Amino acid sequence: MTTASLSTAGSSKGSSAAASTASMDSGAAVPEAAEPLLSIRGLEKRFSLSGDFLEQLKFKGGKLVREQKHVHAINGVDLDIQRGEALCVVGESGCGKSTVARTVMGLIHPSAGEIRYDGERIDDRSTKELLPFRRRMQMIFQNPYASLNPRMTIQQTLEEPIRLHHPDWSPAQVKDKVAEVMNAVGIASDWGGRYGHEFSGGQRQRIAIARALAVDPEFIVADEPISALDVSIQAQVLNLLMEAQQQRNLTYLFITHDLAVVEHFGTRVAVMYLGRVCEVAPTATLFATPRHPYTQALMSAIPRLEDDRPQHIRLEGEVPTPVKLPSGCVFHGRCPHANARCRDEVPALIATDEGGQVACHGVEEGRI
Amino acid sequence: MSLLEVNHLDVRFALRRGDVQALRDVCFSLDRGERLGIVGESGAGKSVAAFSLLNLIAKPGYIAGGSIRFDGQELIGLSDRALRRIRGHRISMIFQDPMMTLNPVLTIGEQMVECLKAHRRISTRDARAISLRKLEQVQIPSPEARLDQYPHELSGGMRQRVIIAIALLLDPDIIIADEPTTALDVTIQAEIMALLLELCEEHNVGLVLITHDLGVVSQVTQRMLVMYAGRVIEQGPTREIINDPQHPYTQGLINALPQMATPGERLNQIPGSMPSLSHLPSGCAFHPRCGFVTRPDGSTRQACVDEVPGFVTSGNCQAACHMVAEMIERERIPAEEQDS
Amino acid sequence: MTTTTPTVASSSTASRWERFRDSYLLYSFKRDLIAQLSLAVFIVMVACAVLAPWLAPMNPYDLAQIDILASELPPFWVDGSDPAYVMGTDAQGRDLLSTILYGLRVSLIIGFGAVAMQATLGVCFGLLAGYLGGRVDAFLMRLADIQLSFSTLMVAIVVGALFKAIFGGATFSAYAVPLLVLIIGLAEWPQYARTVRASVLAEKGKEYVDAARVMGLRSRRIMFRHILPNTLSPIFVISTVQVANAIISEAALSFLGLGMPETQPSLGSLIKSGFDYIQSGSWWITLIPGLVLVVLVLVINLLGDWLRDVLNPRLYKG
Repeated sequence: MTTASLSTAGSSKGSSAAASTASMDSGAAVPEAAEPLLSIRGLEKRFSLSGDFLEQLKFKGGKLVREQKHVHAINGVDLDIQRGEALCVVGESGCGKSTVARTVMGLIHPSAGEIRYDGERIDDRSTKELLPFRRRMQMIFQNPYASLNPRMTIQQTLEEPIRLHHPDWSPAQVKDKVAEVMNAVGIASDWGGRYGHEFSGGQRQRIAIARALAVDPEFIVADEPISALDVSIQAQVLNLLMEAQQQRNLTYLFITHDLAVVEHFGTRVAVMYLGRVCEVAPTATLFATPRHPYTQALMSAIPRLEDDRPQHIRLEGEVPTPVKLPSGCVFHGRCPHANARCRDEVPALIATDEGGQVACHGVEEGRI
Repeated sequence: MSLLEVNHLDVRFALRRGDVQALRDVCFSLDRGERLGIVGESGAGKSVAAFSLLNLIAKPGYIAGGSIRFDGQELIGLSDRALRRIRGHRISMIFQDPMMTLNPVLTIGEQMVECLKAHRRISTRDARAISLRKLEQVQIPSPEARLDQYPHELSGGMRQRVIIAIALLLDPDIIIADEPTTALDVTIQAEIMALLLELCEEHNVGLVLITHDLGVVSQVTQRMLVMYAGRVIEQGPTREIINDPQHPYTQGLINALPQMATPGERLNQIPGSMPSLSHLPSGCAFHPRCGFVTRPDGSTRQACVDEVPGFVTSGNCQAACHMVAEMIERERIPAEEQDS
Repeated sequence: MTTTTPTVASSSTASRWERFRDSYLLYSFKRDLIAQLSLAVFIVMVACAVLAPWLAPMNPYDLAQIDILASELPPFWVDGSDPAYVMGTDAQGRDLLSTILYGLRVSLIIGFGAVAMQATLGVCFGLLAGYLGGRVDAFLMRLADIQLSFSTLMVAIVVGALFKAIFGGATFSAYAVPLLVLIIGLAEWPQYARTVRASVLAEKGKEYVDAARVMGLRSRRIMFRHILPNTLSPIFVISTVQVANAIISEAALSFLGLGMPETQPSLGSLIKSGFDYIQSGSWWITLIPGLVLVVLVLVINLLGDWLRDVLNPRLYKG
């Protein structure tokens, strides 16, 4: 699967327009690449840390100055998701992968950039204007203990989205649909009168999946859907998600920190670090030949069951805080191959011979 | 004699609907300098086991029976005062959440000095010197500056390093680590585990590592226990259990890992979920989820439903399973075939 | 806590009683003697208030039944009492027992009415402030701060005095009950708004709210259908305290002469009317209604304490 056009790893606000024209250009150049289901261009999100106006005022050198601090959760992310694929976004905590998911679902508004779903822009729509898209895109959350309303029965939880999106359906039709999705996720449909807390973590996650499937979406964003579950339950939920994909022809944006899950589940992987995408590649390619130094370090750190104690690549220092971003390549402070160019210039995603894309000066120059 | 010996440990929680048994008949031992992993899913009782070693179980829980001998001394029934001398001094603990150990209003240095002074007659200057040395051992960058920082000024990985430094402060014989890296990122986790392993080897410190991560256990420990619903169901050398698990639950747990399946194919899932401790199934607690209750010829192994299995030895490992016992009795134990 | 679930009745109605029977609420109530006693006393007092017209030996509002010659008679255990008036009589010759029963009624109506008023205002403002955040939040909370910086009594005195001055004493007497409900209700809504806002902020961060937003639900439905039911526990706890506070506020206002008129006395105005005669030895006119007031407020507060302990998830989930 070749991806359309990820030439500009946009770095500033002005790049979104440039990025979209670039994508059109190369889209014309690669005719067989179908239009992506979801396309993200130059996405940025900053969260303010400074509170309201009065709290931003500070005395400095005898003058009253307005000071604003921001967390740069994502800085210029470009991603395309093709129909039918499972794109996994991996990275460590604070790399912005959940923010990408929440921005795509319209739970947070991006500071810059645009998101197109099936060709239509969705990032600047109001709740009401988004409603038709809500039926086509759904989300599964990380914590099954918090994602079900504790005061609603399972039946009520599952009926709500159906009633909202199919106001013309009769109560019998709604009931049938609820029974159908409950069966699909392996929850006996006569348990509808129970409350969320009467179920185990794995069952709750099944119910959350049922809620997402209830409106027959075509695209599902799954934000760490199995990381709160036990190993044996993780396997059950992953199997369920894969079954659903096959039967309903779903497209996934799957957020996770677990590379073993990615290797099994994803068709394509995007590795994120500090709010930027550093490598995108088909899963097999990425695991066979990781190109970005960060991807290499990340892969070497997975605890494996094999006999020998693997030599994992030790990274210097820790992930910098996204409040004060490093200049140039965000990874240069921990990268063993960094040079002066890495410290000054932001690397753009470039295509590799293996069919992936990587944002690294070292790879571009042939040093790594 | 082993440094730590736990025999027939029973732990109960007094709840309003009567007692719930959180640990049943748990036995294990730890030699000086040995690293033992306790593996299980949530609710298996692995953390309760760790906490009960130092009698740190929270209120409704209590130790109902058994013995815990440390260096020849019985710990159960010991006075709080005597326990405190062992706790932190000869056996120290590392928790999942560093903030459980670190006091947010004291600097790192103050906490380390206080801890040293509580156990030893020592001047503040000497205590600070020791603290600094320990921080250097855990490879914290600019350790001197860290002494005067508050916990919230450190990152998660750094905090866990400080915790390890505190755990090593009084040169303990055993460190009990309860999911020490679960809250951390993969790259940081790998570093912390490598550090912990290095320090334990260097100082000949025993390690009891509680985790749900089979990968971590297989890389760090020499022996492991697998727990299910409050019981130990399999124990033995880590390598042998990972390579050739006997108990169907251990097999299922290992086979359920995504790396054990071909990408894109179904994972080998264990059906059902762990029973709640207040409604344990009869016989072997795993039998409702076990694929081996039915023999290959179609007959049901009634013992699985009726009797709690005892340990049978197979090689260097012990497993509590009727199926394994039956196999051994027939004196043909084709371990490979069981993996089917 | 299943008792408070405001769900549409469905197939689970049959098991709701079972849920209640197995709930921690009932379990802890059965084991708490103080809570049981408080509830018993409270129920008796409410029953007396409701049934006052049938229980009371006479109707203190009916001037025809009042015998001015029988004024200031002491209660039955004191020399010189009249067996017809068990608790004695007040300065106007009204039977004190009957007056207390009717007064209890007035006090409870004002207490509950004011709390209903506070709760409605406070819950709406708190939900809006917590869920919408930003400027709405800042505006409503500053408003609450300003409101709280005046004491309840001060606001009530000013409003009450203004009303009395503009419309005259007679109109004031006629509309005393709704007016007091309004005054006390308006003065104390910030308590609710703050509590609700705090728990809305906590709930808003939970994933089920995100799930509801992803579903496409409108803000109003998310606020009232999803968030509000999950903030009921603190609302219940604060309500008990607020009922007690409202009753005390009413008593204080009446004592200052800005509350219920003496013709339809509440507990507070009874205490006041007796206060003038305490020097002349008629202590019972003040003391007995005073005791009733203390007991009423005490049992409500004890119930509130128990409820807070039960509903505090930290205490029973730990």
